[in-house]
Amino acid sequence: MTEISRHDVLIAGGGLAGLRAAVQVHDAGGTVAVISKVYPIRSHSGAAQGGVNASLGNHPEGGDDSWKGHAFDTIKGSDYLADQPRAEILAQDAPERVFEMEHWGAYFSRFPDGRIAQRPFGGAGFPRTCYAADRTGHQLLHTLWEQCLKRGITFLNEWFVTRIVTHDGRAGGVVALHVPSGRIRTFAADVVIVAGGGYGRVFAKTTNAYINTGSLTAAAYRAGARLEDMEFIQFHPTTLYGTNILMTEGVRGEGGYLLNAEGKRFMDRYAPSVLELAPRDIVARAIQTEIDEGRGLEDEYVHLDIRHLGADVIKEKLPGIRQIAMDFAGVDPIEEPIPVQPGQHYSMGGISCDENGETDVPGLLAAGECSCVSVHGANRLGGNSLLETLVFGKRAGDRAVEIAGGVSEEAMTGALADALLEERDVVGKLRGRTDGERQIEIRRDMQRTMTDRVGLFRDQGRLADAVRELARLRTRYRRVAVGSGHAAFNYDLIDTFELGGMLELAEVTALGALVREESRGGHWRTDHPKRDDRNWLKHTMATRGRAGQPVIDYEDVLMAGYEPMERKY
Amino acid sequence: MPTKRFTLSVKRHDPPSGEPPRFQEYELEVEEGVTVLEALLRIQAEQDGTLAFRYSCRGAVCGSCAMVANGEVSLACRTQLHGLGTDEITVEPLPHLEVVRDLVVDMDLFLEKNIEVRPWLDPPGPDPPRERLVDPSDWTEAEPYTNCILCASCHAVCPVTGRDPAYLGPAALAKHYRFLTDARDGAAEERLALVDSEVGVWGCDVVWNCSKICPKGVRPTQGILTTRERVKPKD
Repeated sequence: MTEISRHDVLIAGGGLAGLRAAVQVHDAGGTVAVISKVYPIRSHSGAAQGGVNASLGNHPEGGDDSWKGHAFDTIKGSDYLADQPRAEILAQDAPERVFEMEHWGAYFSRFPDGRIAQRPFGGAGFPRTCYAADRTGHQLLHTLWEQCLKRGITFLNEWFVTRIVTHDGRAGGVVALHVPSGRIRTFAADVVIVAGGGYGRVFAKTTNAYINTGSLTAAAYRAGARLEDMEFIQFHPTTLYGTNILMTEGVRGEGGYLLNAEGKRFMDRYAPSVLELAPRDIVARAIQTEIDEGRGLEDEYVHLDIRHLGADVIKEKLPGIRQIAMDFAGVDPIEEPIPVQPGQHYSMGGISCDENGETDVPGLLAAGECSCVSVHGANRLGGNSLLETLVFGKRAGDRAVEIAGGVSEEAMTGALADALLEERDVVGKLRGRTDGERQIEIRRDMQRTMTDRVGLFRDQGRLADAVRELARLRTRYRRVAVGSGHAAFNYDLIDTFELGGMLELAEVTALGALVREESRGGHWRTDHPKRDDRNWLKHTMATRGRAGQPVIDYEDVLMAGYEPMERKY
Repeated sequence: MPTKRFTLSVKRHDPPSGEPPRFQEYELEVEEGVTVLEALLRIQAEQDGTLAFRYSCRGAVCGSCAMVANGEVSLACRTQLHGLGTDEITVEPLPHLEVVRDLVVDMDLFLEKNIEVRPWLDPPGPDPPRERLVDPSDWTEAEPYTNCILCASCHAVCPVTGRDPAYLGPAALAKHYRFLTDARDGAAEERLALVDSEVGVWGCDVVWNCSKICPKGVRPTQGILTTRERVKPKD
């Protein structure tokens, strides 16, 4: 039996990009539902700490700021791999999106004159990061969720999307598994917007939530969308030693120091003019170099020191950081420095799409971290990811309503019914196979491979090794077994299903990194330590081949008059 | 790193089966720093794929994993096994909410109460072209209440939610107070009317359990008492 539930727009993923898109679809007159494997308020957007960039000019030193300055910083920060006209859109739309969040209730911190407070962030010419203490993501996520409640938007909570359904190359809905019951059914829609976040859990050391497996990115890839610039991974310089929980860049924005084992600041050797406020790729490599050259503590971490800021500033501006450091490292930053090390944080690459979210697959749009517009290029600036979700979530919502309609309902109904049978078969077989290797073994090997060989410092040998190992893991995965065949809350089944997609994303990431023989932004090749604009000022595009293997191609970067220069800070 | 052996006794329950709840023991050897959540994940992946619980961020910000460990309501992701002072640990679902399976409780009822208090800003007049200006001194009262992560810990320790399912509960009332006291909001009268009842602010026993348990430092009781003061003059 095929149940029919039809919306103009179905949004897969309930983080900031998905919720912002949902509000837009609703306000533009479309019918919309948000489908998520968790409750949307559990999305990882809520863990974002430091802030959201917009050239409001509210800071006493920010009066001359402009969207042009924001666009320039974003493009320079991207190591010139961002598509320049799209980075301009990001910067131009920023103030309106931030004011709108304020109007909807987001509780931004304030300057004494009552305006939204802004703090300095890495790679920015002016202090332009608007913040709500160090819980900006939480504030924005809950505010958008509340705006969705106000509009009565439909939420399909705890539905895990296994497949995006296409007919004649056009998207028309999804097949999803209900986590609490194990039921599998279809949801039809004229337009599907994928807003599923990052895939940091492909790595062993990551700031990402357990749920950040990239399952929707993999679904889009399997549905025919191309993946762009996947080798560009952001390693955040300061993640808490032990758990790799994020310690916001705002800590350094507020004046925090990085200290090595000798108790000395070291950023003067890596970014002499901006020190701790260099962009993330540069600070992360600096920290790892200190550790690798024997100036780390326990050969594992350095110190992030904010004791000199004083208890009052710490309690007012960095209360969340203090709590996390106390809860998870047993360190009160008022008394002691925080142990930090670099860790995977963000993926600049993702589902290739344009400034309105449209991918290569008609009817399939993408927004947020899972997408690659590309505004971040080879390295994202802090404060630009929350902004991206708002700017491009809104734009995707607008475009989705514009292109909804005109789908042959009859043909799509047939395609959905066929897909449902196939997915029931796939999941049924997976569930039924109880004799074989458990997913956790393969997953741990993948995570170790990615962190050890596709990490901060890369070279031909390590990358080739990773590609070979990932191929072996895919072979092992063919014989993976689910421990239990029960229906309700079978996380083992979902984990196993997700691992298949994670292995594909890991492979595209490692392969793109192996082929790209240059260093740019987050992609650092010790055997090719220079940026090479002549050969590599281009986007990596991966298409899924017939046998599931990635086929790599390249596309030019869109320019808008920002000439690539050497990137010095 | 030295490891220690723990026995986790987890309350298992599958209500549709009609079977009564039972405790199941799992043994595992863990290093220092491992949390209840991490331990449950290891059990799920290595020993028993049928064990059900919710999780997401593992950093005490998403609100997914509130449960009961050795009798105390807490977020599983920030409760370390070594910190519990014993190697025998009992893990149970949050009380006052219906169990769906094992450690998973029905959050829908809890979240619906949140919706009942109209948790969205209702400012007077049209939106200005820029941000609404707010004096930072008018900004401090509501701020702590914006930190609620809807984990339902407060709901689980409130004596009133335990005996009266109609009671809005501390989380919804804290959310209500967050908007009531937001300097930008213009709907105070309607908001006060929403909670001027026995299932609203007058239902609270004022025992401060919710304020003590909140992992984010929200103090619902204080918000409820202040709201009562604002309701009173109309009597």
